[in-house]
Amino acid sequence: MSEAVARARPTFVPRGEGWAGWMLCLPAVLSYLLLLLLPTLAAVLLAFTDYELGAPGLAWIGLGNFQELLDDRGFRISLRNTLIYVGIVAPVSIAGALALALLIEAATRGRALFRAVFFLPMVSLPVAMATAWQYLLHPTIGPLNAALAQLGIAGPAWLTSSDTVLLSLAFIGIWEAIGFNLVLFLAGLTAIPRELHQAAEVDGVKSAWERFRLVTWPLLGPTTLFVVTITMIRSVRVFDSVAVLTQGGPNRASEVLLYTMYTEGFTFFRLGYSAAITLVFLIIVLGLMLLQTRVLDKRVHYG
Amino acid sequence: MAGIVISGVRKRFGDVQVLRDVSLSVAPGEFVALVGPSGCGKTTLMRIVAGIERHDAGSLDIGGRQVGGLRAADRDVAMVFQSYALYPHLTVAENIAVPLTMRRLSSWQRLPLLGRFWPGARATRAGIAADAAAAADSLGLGAMLGRRPAQLSGGQRQRVALARAIVRSPKAFLMDEPLSNLDAALRVQTRREIVDIHRRVGATTLYVTHDQSEALTMADRVAVMQAGQILQVDTPERIYADPADLRVATFIGSPRINTLPAEIRADGMVMVAGLAMGLRAEGAAGEATLALRPEDLRPDPAGTLPVVTEHLEFLGECTLLHARHAGLGTALTLRLPPGATAAQGPFRLGFSAPRALVFGADGRRRAVRVLEAAHV
Repeated sequence: MSEAVARARPTFVPRGEGWAGWMLCLPAVLSYLLLLLLPTLAAVLLAFTDYELGAPGLAWIGLGNFQELLDDRGFRISLRNTLIYVGIVAPVSIAGALALALLIEAATRGRALFRAVFFLPMVSLPVAMATAWQYLLHPTIGPLNAALAQLGIAGPAWLTSSDTVLLSLAFIGIWEAIGFNLVLFLAGLTAIPRELHQAAEVDGVKSAWERFRLVTWPLLGPTTLFVVTITMIRSVRVFDSVAVLTQGGPNRASEVLLYTMYTEGFTFFRLGYSAAITLVFLIIVLGLMLLQTRVLDKRVHYG
Repeated sequence: MAGIVISGVRKRFGDVQVLRDVSLSVAPGEFVALVGPSGCGKTTLMRIVAGIERHDAGSLDIGGRQVGGLRAADRDVAMVFQSYALYPHLTVAENIAVPLTMRRLSSWQRLPLLGRFWPGARATRAGIAADAAAAADSLGLGAMLGRRPAQLSGGQRQRVALARAIVRSPKAFLMDEPLSNLDAALRVQTRREIVDIHRRVGATTLYVTHDQSEALTMADRVAVMQAGQILQVDTPERIYADPADLRVATFIGSPRINTLPAEIRADGMVMVAGLAMGLRAEGAAGEATLALRPEDLRPDPAGTLPVVTEHLEFLGECTLLHARHAGLGTALTLRLPPGATAAQGPFRLGFSAPRALVFGADGRRRAVRVLEAAHV
């Protein structure tokens, strides 16, 4: 008998404990439901309606919004611009940050200074910085074109010409992202044991390139994967600079996904249509995350 | 096979003089253990030999070639690190093959993708894989070639590191505390394996350790290092029985050697607490130290050292008797047979006079003569 009691004891959990657990989780669960899950669900549902802000009612129109998206030239341009923007910002800011991180790591002095200098854009206010860029890139009073004029080059209207506007925005995007990526790469580099580099030297590695290939790059794998994912997601989300500097213009040359969503939803009050664009955006972001966890993750070695 | 000659090497890190004029030579095929307490500079010396660290002064010669100005990659030495420093993303086979890949393949042949198709790359790679597998087999790693370091136990990682060192025949092996991350049982076993490898390969080996038992059991010669200086280089037997310096005597041996404050009288007689020890020392009179190994002491009613028992320690193969000198209060340890019991209260100790060590005030060993009338 006493044996049975003794055996039963470990599985016995006081009833109050489970209850207390739920109570303690409740604030987090509630706020997650109310602030994240419900609005997302509402947006998903809205995407299948013709709801407009202030309209007396709404109707379920199924895939109607998506049908319209496919035929909407503005949306297609916006999607294409977003992909071009990501296609420039992600590779350049990642490769640039890695190169800078390797240089800073190899430096004997001034590491903290360079780290701070490159990280600065990250902590500054995007809207305020956008205004500064507007001045810098201004075709007539901007210092950039003034400098180019000194060299005898007639600088283009960086932000108001449809040929250069996306490039200029991408440049600002790189400037914003590179510092953040740099700090991540520096952290990743610090985590590589110094003895591995020394072992590589004793093993006969003579050039910095070979050392990078044998030790640094493989061991930086997890960091790189994280940087790639976060940079792509962040650049798909580009909005501030477009809203402040170009409002999608000229002639939709800098119209991007989130800006289209914003104008449809809050300028034209077509919330259903705007929600459909949001859903497309959501699918892209989810797709990127899936790419990370399913494909790239397998090829990365975690120490 | 090549020897290592280190002469007059100095190294300073900021304000700290880590190595002061260190000279040491390792004969071709010899196994020399560099032993000393933590922070004595032994690892720094080894890293200077490997080329990972630069020395401030002095010269380095490996196999008759001045290597002081050469990079680590050009010195042709292999090193086993304390942390093993295995490449975590490579398999056991790939880890062992790295030194061969770096030496036998040209930089074109090492290129990713393209290098595979470079002329000769295929045959060379096959040769490298075969040699790596042979090195792995010789250390019992044959079944683990496809695993990564994270999937191996500490002892197996240790062996991968050894295999990576022996796979190319380097001019010399450098081992930096290779056993300190293993548990006690494995340490004794791996100790044997390293000695076996050394016998088989016959490579010149410099082995750094803070563990005197490793140094004494494995090495042909032991170099005792302290505070950036090599105090003595000698065979394990002579290091133990015939130390040249008080610091060597106290560092080597467990339990620690007993030291008693002594005085050398003008006539050379060695006195402890006013009693003559039956030893006559050469050289100047003055303060001195009498050092006696625990196994050289024994209870003896006619002995010259009055002591009081403190406690007994039973160790299985022997019993340690901890006592205190009645007059000086100095602690003394005796190694006794396992069944020994201790007399309560004061008694006397004698010692084996020919094995007694006398050191002058400067810590240097003094030659002594044993007087016939040992007990006064």
